[in-house]
Amino acid sequence: MASDDLIRLSAAELGAAIAAGETSSVDATRAYLDRIDAVEPDINAFLHVGRDSALEQARTADRRRADGEDLGPLAGVPIAHKDVFCTKDMPTTAASKILEGWQPPYDATVTARLRDAGLVILGKTNMDEFAMGSSTENSAYGATRNPWDTARVPGGSSGGSSAAVAAFEAPLATGTDTGGSIRQPAAVTGLVGAKPTYGGSSRYGVIAFASSLDTPGPFARTVLDAALLHEAFSGHDPRDSTSVDAPVPGVVEAARRADVQGLRVGVVKEFGGEGYQPGVTQRFQESVELLESLGAKVVEVSCPSFTSALAAYYLIAPSEASSNLARFDAMRYGLRVGDDGTRSAEEVMSLTRAKGFGPEVKRRIILGTYALSSGYYDAYYGSAQQVRTLIKRDFDAAFEHVDVLVSPTTPTTAFPIGERADDPMAMYLADLCTIPTNLAGNAALSVPCGLAPEDGLPVGLQIMAPALADDRTYRAGAAVEAALAERWGGPLLGTSAYAV
Amino acid sequence: MSAITRDEVAHLARLSRLALREDELDQLAAQLDDIISAVAQVQEVAQGDIPPTSHALPLTNVYRPDEARPGLGPDAALAGAPAVQDQRFRVPQILGEED
Repeated sequence: MASDDLIRLSAAELGAAIAAGETSSVDATRAYLDRIDAVEPDINAFLHVGRDSALEQARTADRRRADGEDLGPLAGVPIAHKDVFCTKDMPTTAASKILEGWQPPYDATVTARLRDAGLVILGKTNMDEFAMGSSTENSAYGATRNPWDTARVPGGSSGGSSAAVAAFEAPLATGTDTGGSIRQPAAVTGLVGAKPTYGGSSRYGVIAFASSLDTPGPFARTVLDAALLHEAFSGHDPRDSTSVDAPVPGVVEAARRADVQGLRVGVVKEFGGEGYQPGVTQRFQESVELLESLGAKVVEVSCPSFTSALAAYYLIAPSEASSNLARFDAMRYGLRVGDDGTRSAEEVMSLTRAKGFGPEVKRRIILGTYALSSGYYDAYYGSAQQVRTLIKRDFDAAFEHVDVLVSPTTPTTAFPIGERADDPMAMYLADLCTIPTNLAGNAALSVPCGLAPEDGLPVGLQIMAPALADDRTYRAGAAVEAALAERWGGPLLGTSAYAV
Repeated sequence: MSAITRDEVAHLARLSRLALREDELDQLAAQLDDIISAVAQVQEVAQGDIPPTSHALPLTNVYRPDEARPGLGPDAALAGAPAVQDQRFRVPQILGEED
């Protein structure tokens, strides 16, 4: 099979082709490595490409297959990991200078499970430093560009993963979603991205940002591919004390089922109107009409506390981050600055952290320290935790009447690089619609729903479901995907500047 | 709420072990003020005796069986260390001369 044909295949198709002996993991991996070489100068999606190790893993996958080992549907399929997942054979930096060149002594559970399933690691993708941001401009190693328009951001924080999959540099990628860091980049690059139920995917070996919110999840070009990846790394992990000990929701079956007949869909009243780009609103409304035409029962639902979710998030997430990032103390690993024999450990620590952390990370550490300080704790952190309760109650009340909730994934299409870099509050607004799901811990998915007429850039439809009902988001997402592909005469990504 | 002063930011930076430059303190004081006034709306919403939620899952005290399992060897544990001496992490002085 020719290189372009190989990288055009979905992950499900590629896995099946490898299993049927129509191609090999080595050929597919080589095709993707060549594609990376060709487009990386434009896109900058990767912080590290492991050419030799990828080919070695591909040879192993082919050998395991030839030996008759019972491997999963993605065996031999290449993948890119966000640089927040520990990989014992590759550097892991979280796009920070404080971890430059650091190689972890162990794998994250997600990484290890995907290795066992025979997936081949192409490399590590760029991100906002410590996953703090919505544009990938906060990387210490340069911005990543959106394959739809290289003057624009690919979203964030998992923007290297979204750009890599959208530019056909990888068929699949992992990300983490703390406030929207998978769904928002998926939406602005025309991909499928899912935030699993909190605790449904293991945080072991994932560099922590805000531990009560961080959720690893999949990026893919199709709903079925995202479901296959979701299923491959999910399930209880004794090494993560917040991992849910429950069966993995049947996401693959739901993606194959792809029907919404009788599904009760609630449109979140609070997410729309002023501040939303007209083309985003238009494509969202069309998706709601589409769901209705496919047999769903659509009603409007009010979730009044959702309008306070962004404010609560920007107290809770920085508070947890200020505590989590205390571990970067220049003692056991990572950068150390100013250790000249005259300075104390505390001075070395302060100098190292000032040099190793970028501006957004410092801003959030200071903000979190403020919100947790004596005298302000109740007013800020305490109030934010109460708002979190109200958001959970809004979800619970809504899910008594509907099976899923829908909204635009993010209020605008991809914005130009640099546009929001000096305005933290404008940047934070990108996560307006995705944050409630993180605060409540339930499941959500973003699926492409068209291009905004005014700029020709992708728009995402967000589908939210109760905790451990991830399958509903895949079922509805696959139905929308199938109906739109029929309407468009092919997948949305087929019209991108970097389509193959 | 009163505006956040530069001195307050300097205090927070000391608590956070961040040796910030003068220009960083100025910039952060202004930005923090903007962010705090935007997020302060949580105080208006969170009236009354609403219980706080610290975590999405109702999990408490999750234990695993107390079974021995292999840990990292010294070489792996020290592989990323900024400085090593006698198979230990070498760190700058922790106690002052007078201590």
